[in-house]
Amino acid sequence: MLIDSGSPRAMETIGISLTINGETRNLQVAPWTTLLDLLREGLDLTGTKKGCDHGQCGACTVLVDGKRINSCLALAVMKDGAEITTIEGLGQAGAMHPLQAAFVEHDAFQCGYCTPGQICSAAGMLAEGHAHSREEIREAMSGNICRCGAYTNIVDAIEDVMQSGAAR
Amino acid sequence: MNRFDYVRAGTVAEAVQALSGANARLIAGGTNLVDLMKYNVERPDRLVDITRLPLNAIEDHEGGLRIGALVTNAIAAYDERVASRYPVLASAILAGATGQLRNAATTGGNLNQRTRCYYFYDDATPCNKREPGTGCPAIGGVNRIHAIFGISPTCIATHPSDMCVALAALDAEIRVAGPSGERSIPFSEYHRLPGGTPQFDNTLQPGEIVLSVDLPAQDTASHYTYLKLRDRLSYAFALVSVAAILDLDGDTVSRARFALGGVAHKPWRNAEAEAFLQGKAPTRENFEAAADIVIREATPQDGNAFKVELARRAIIRGLTQAAAGTPQSVSDKRIA
Repeated sequence: MLIDSGSPRAMETIGISLTINGETRNLQVAPWTTLLDLLREGLDLTGTKKGCDHGQCGACTVLVDGKRINSCLALAVMKDGAEITTIEGLGQAGAMHPLQAAFVEHDAFQCGYCTPGQICSAAGMLAEGHAHSREEIREAMSGNICRCGAYTNIVDAIEDVMQSGAAR
Repeated sequence: MNRFDYVRAGTVAEAVQALSGANARLIAGGTNLVDLMKYNVERPDRLVDITRLPLNAIEDHEGGLRIGALVTNAIAAYDERVASRYPVLASAILAGATGQLRNAATTGGNLNQRTRCYYFYDDATPCNKREPGTGCPAIGGVNRIHAIFGISPTCIATHPSDMCVALAALDAEIRVAGPSGERSIPFSEYHRLPGGTPQFDNTLQPGEIVLSVDLPAQDTASHYTYLKLRDRLSYAFALVSVAAILDLDGDTVSRARFALGGVAHKPWRNAEAEAFLQGKAPTRENFEAAADIVIREATPQDGNAFKVELARRAIIRGLTQAAAGTPQSVSDKRIA
């Protein structure tokens, strides 16, 4: 066994290593801690949002080894060794990621709560390279809900970046 | 979420061993299991992390393909061999869930995901699948999404997968390992009907772990469709879906295979309806007759009687799309 926390439920935390936004961190996590809760509660990276906490809204989307996933459904302990990119790692004020700039340019949000997840999801989607039209963007982004209903402008922003090829 | 022991297996044998004894569950993508744990529907004493096992390859196998249990839904759907040789499978996978979920969810986990019956998910209500013997409030309750085929007096839940509907039509096999070695299970015998023991979704034995999904050699890839009908255009489970594959010899159907999703405790095939089409012309009239053979076995509830007509029309439309070689698009939601 590569790791055995011991039985019956003896060990409360397990040591893992994560590279988060370029910085490698050695962490002690309880096995039942989700990646989302670790980021927000343990590491103060509150850009990643908790919406439904059940994988239905996409607000918690982050990139794990370059692939977008719902961090609310991932146990942190299982991501030992992974590279995590959150909205804080995509860009900063003054050095925005092209998707962040496009969301501002196209007014692609209202309340903004879903926006970090939308942008991380769009970054992952563009890297996947399977969407080439507005229709395909809409389908590929269906895991991100915007209850303000800014979808039209969100697709505009993503399409803009897709056509400019600036995301990568 | 309850507390649990965490074990990370390095080999299949270690995973099998770790499954024995305690109330243990395997975890890989976690997209269904973690969700169920948050709802207290699953309360394992031990989670066995199998993500480090060498089960993440897609390989040529006896003229077909072997898809490892840990291959993600996204990798499988976009794999060139899957997309070109088994496009009905790629299409079905892409009809399900979202980009994020498909990046995490695995082939084995998709097979073994639990029903999305609302009563199963709500631990404040009785449910024979969650707690055997407590009853089924879906029968006589809110049952719009429930089964119309193969139901029992104890359970009318459906299997929620899209991928599995295509695998049923493709006659895939599931290769598993357990305490007494490896075996292969024909797809039609993997999932089961609820009968008197709805707590069992499939025929996996205690301690068994899925190793791969094996796809048989396939000589047709153009006359197929995966048609999914649901309450919204993306990211919703099927009310009714159809995976259809037709082998055509000129103007004659030499073999028809089609499976329905969203209508039973397992992907639903009807051998009589498929045999009816063999040797016949791929006409609307024949497709209607085949659909009628399927739906005469339906036993709907008050809330899901609409599914009978929906299934009939979906079969006809799906077979028509397959015959014409115009499969349903995943992104263009207009039904061709």
